[in-house]
Amino acid sequence: MTDSKNLLSVQDLKVYFRAKDQVARAVDGVSFDIRPGETVCLVGESGCGKTVSALTILRLIPSPPGEIMGGRVLFNGVDLLDLDETDMQKIRGNHIAMVFQEPLTSLNPVFTIGDQIGEGITIHEQVEPEELRKRCVQLLRDVGIPSPEQRLKDYPHQLSGGQRQRVMIAMALACNPDLIIADEPTTALDVTVQAQILNLIKSIQQKASMSVLYITHDLGVVANIADRVNVMYAGVIVEMGDAYQIFQNPRHPYTKGLLAALPGRSRRGRRLHSIPGAVPNPAFKPPGCPFHPRCSFAIETCKTRFPEMCKHGDGHLSRCPVLKD
Amino acid sequence: MFSFIGRSIVQKIITLFFVSVVSFLIIHLAPGEPSQVDPMNPKFTPEMVERFQKEFHLDKPLYVQYLYFYRDLFTGKIVSWKDSQSVLTKIWERFLNSLPLFIVGTILTWTLSFPVGIRSAIFRGGIYDRSATFVSYLLISIPGFFFAYILIILVVTTLHVPVIGMETFGLGASSWGTTLMDRIWHLLIPSVLGATGGIAVLSRYVRSQMLEVEGQDYVRTAKAKGLPPEQVHYKHALRNALLPFVTMFGLILPGLIGGSVIIESIFSWPGMGRMAYEAILARDYPVILTVNFVAAVLVLVGTFISDLLYLVVDPRIRL
Amino acid sequence: MTNTQQTLESPLAPKQTRLEELWELFRQNRLAILGLIIFLFFLITAIIGVILTSGQDPVFDPAMIRLQEKLLPPLTRPNIETLQPAEIPTLGIYLLGTDDLGRDVFSRMLQGAWVSLTVGFVAVGISVLVGIFMGGIAGYFGQGHLRYDQIIISCVLITGGILLALGTTYTGVGLLVAGHIYIFFSIFSKKILARRTLPKWFNLLHRGAISIDTIIMRAVDIMLCFPTFFLILTVVALLPASMYNIMIVIGLTSWMGTTRFVRAEFLSLREQDFVTAAKALGVGHFRIIFRHMMPNAIAPVLVSSTIGIAMAILTEAGLSFLGFGVPPPHATWGNILSDGKRFIFDAPWLTFIPGIAILIVVLCFNLFGEGLRDALNPKLREKG
Repeated sequence: MTDSKNLLSVQDLKVYFRAKDQVARAVDGVSFDIRPGETVCLVGESGCGKTVSALTILRLIPSPPGEIMGGRVLFNGVDLLDLDETDMQKIRGNHIAMVFQEPLTSLNPVFTIGDQIGEGITIHEQVEPEELRKRCVQLLRDVGIPSPEQRLKDYPHQLSGGQRQRVMIAMALACNPDLIIADEPTTALDVTVQAQILNLIKSIQQKASMSVLYITHDLGVVANIADRVNVMYAGVIVEMGDAYQIFQNPRHPYTKGLLAALPGRSRRGRRLHSIPGAVPNPAFKPPGCPFHPRCSFAIETCKTRFPEMCKHGDGHLSRCPVLKD
Repeated sequence: MFSFIGRSIVQKIITLFFVSVVSFLIIHLAPGEPSQVDPMNPKFTPEMVERFQKEFHLDKPLYVQYLYFYRDLFTGKIVSWKDSQSVLTKIWERFLNSLPLFIVGTILTWTLSFPVGIRSAIFRGGIYDRSATFVSYLLISIPGFFFAYILIILVVTTLHVPVIGMETFGLGASSWGTTLMDRIWHLLIPSVLGATGGIAVLSRYVRSQMLEVEGQDYVRTAKAKGLPPEQVHYKHALRNALLPFVTMFGLILPGLIGGSVIIESIFSWPGMGRMAYEAILARDYPVILTVNFVAAVLVLVGTFISDLLYLVVDPRIRL
Repeated sequence: MTNTQQTLESPLAPKQTRLEELWELFRQNRLAILGLIIFLFFLITAIIGVILTSGQDPVFDPAMIRLQEKLLPPLTRPNIETLQPAEIPTLGIYLLGTDDLGRDVFSRMLQGAWVSLTVGFVAVGISVLVGIFMGGIAGYFGQGHLRYDQIIISCVLITGGILLALGTTYTGVGLLVAGHIYIFFSIFSKKILARRTLPKWFNLLHRGAISIDTIIMRAVDIMLCFPTFFLILTVVALLPASMYNIMIVIGLTSWMGTTRFVRAEFLSLREQDFVTAAKALGVGHFRIIFRHMMPNAIAPVLVSSTIGIAMAILTEAGLSFLGFGVPPPHATWGNILSDGKRFIFDAPWLTFIPGIAILIVVLCFNLFGEGLRDALNPKLREKG
């Protein structure tokens, strides 16, 4: 795990939210790496801290109430948490770009999509207006929007949901970033459109050989796209490994539970498995392993000791001392 | 588009008709007769009352009176009961007097409340925001006439400039510069008074609107693009936050009449509000009704303008 | 073990009732708390004030005239020698000075507090009731249509009533009787006309003409066309001077906002699943409106009504100031100020005491209302 190999390395990141007299530990010691050109997935239920981790990388956490309590976010060896706001602006959009979940609300309704795509380019580069227009058209063409010249003058509400998300992706691609963070980009879309968008992201990633941090709760998507997978639960990463290891040989009870809950061919006609209980409130996490109240393998030490990462193979780690072997 | 405009005009004319009926009824069904203004006055003989009633059709049934009244209004022949002058000319003169007050007040309101509101929203919770909030509550809550007296005392005792009326009496022969300064002083204090309430309310509204927009996803998107904060706030957020104010811009027109009664009375400013007040005191029905009618027309024209402006500004509305 | 059990069963934060939660949020707004405290203080003052200043022989007599003691500044001791025993102020001191007739300003302020309070509450009460009623009808029954015959009959009845009031007895009574006959007729018409084929014009009369919603919302538009303060001034000037007229007029000219709000709220609530569920259970309209929909719509209305009270108090003060307020022997803060303005340089306390009192009370209602609004607004709540 040397820094030189990694494009992005998140180390022991902690983000807390303060509300009244409570502290919600939304992200509580998260570490993962992204190497150049690979697709890393961050999987977990809603509310487990995936989106907060992603926003923290770009330092977009609203503060207050959000507060980065510790850790490092190394991008090409530079700690993003140490940069001042002006330097951070040069990273955003230019080196790390983000695609958000809701394409409808994430696009500004009063500007044309041409304006919104071109804006990022003009901020980070010196471009002639004619050149800018050409690049915008090319971007729209790249993300598969028909007759892009006309679309430039359209407003977001004139496009369909899928097209809007394509525009969001075009905006993210505008400055050829090294890393794209996609925060559940397909959740708000129809199933058929989901597949198209997913394929689009995959093909762009391969063509431009950029890295993608893909955030989702959908294991089907993970299987489709991921090189490596990080499973998150209650603000911590409970298991990480490459896609094959995670799907074929899950070592954490939570991952096992998630996989068992997938509807599959072999179990047709039988009742779907579900994990009992619900995700703990980030302000009232149980002591010890955060998963122990829901875990069928839990032993007495789970209630008191926060588990360390255990190594299971090449790059395959899990936070469960019980299922070590 | 054109069908929308047509429909809206028809609708507004119908509304105006009902407004005219309702205001006519309110005035005429209220107890008391205009001819009884001064029953103790020995000059008011029964014959005079009768002649008076004849002249203004007061002996006819109500609906005939209504028709006569609005016929006179639209042909411009309507006259005041008090001094038999043409009401429209009177209103026009007073309107010209009110206009500078209104214009200065509006300019003050709109130029001050936006910077204050936007700054409060961006630095939410800071000292600036908190003091602006408190001051605006204070200004909303202070009775206009009380504030007027405080200002008068302040200006008169510290600066020794007279502020009552439109100009200082007997200053006619002075130099050009003195006259100008005099007029400005006389104009400034009532305008500031007229604007304070507006500034307080509008800046609060700007602030909440900005806060609402700052929490939207597209503002986050703009930040994620690496835009500097000024562009995020003043381009992406502000442009959206401004949309509702376009509607309000049409609604400042009615302010020409409504809000100025008290201030114009205190400052003896011979404007529309004061005229309306005097007309009410004298039970001069034609003037009251005409002022009311003009006010209603201004409201309707204002809403119409703001509807049109909204069409122009918000790309999501296309008819 | 119990701890674990608890986390499993109630993984969410400790439950609070809605009211407790609201109070918790409200409590953080220091200005709003200040507003609440001032409001309670004002309420107590007004109630004590009305008790102590009314009756035959009040403890504090606001109408006691002492011409030899006029325009004394606050905290002046009365000159005992020149006064009758009954004329000596109760506290032995003019706490807030005296006015141009030598009346004790403190007693007059006490009496005026009650006026401001009742005008504020009654006027807003009227406007909220009218607003909720109109808005509720427009939102809930708004899609219903009035038939031509209903419109014609109500016109006939109204004209009849007006004519009767104006003295045209025969036509008025005739119209009223005709109207009621038609109403009786239409109640029993189903039985009478059941077997006959109806003429075409009769069917036309029974066709829907205009929706209730349209009528109410157009009425709102019409009311909004009037310049409010000017309208209030006109009506108050024309009517005989009395406190109740002022309350009613202020109330009847400020219901439009509430109507619009309640209507919008009802329109969206009507489509909610819990209303559909209640309907499916056979719950009646009345119960749906008051048990299921009103609690969801009422809170913001009450919030805006606290600010409405502030506006009403200001309006009343403005009317008093212009000389159209509560008639003279009775003191209100507005007419104390209005009387005092003539002595603004000689006796500034006559202007400043009522002015500051109005300012503080209106401010407390505004702060309280805004605090409630913030506490109720879920969007602001999330962001902390």
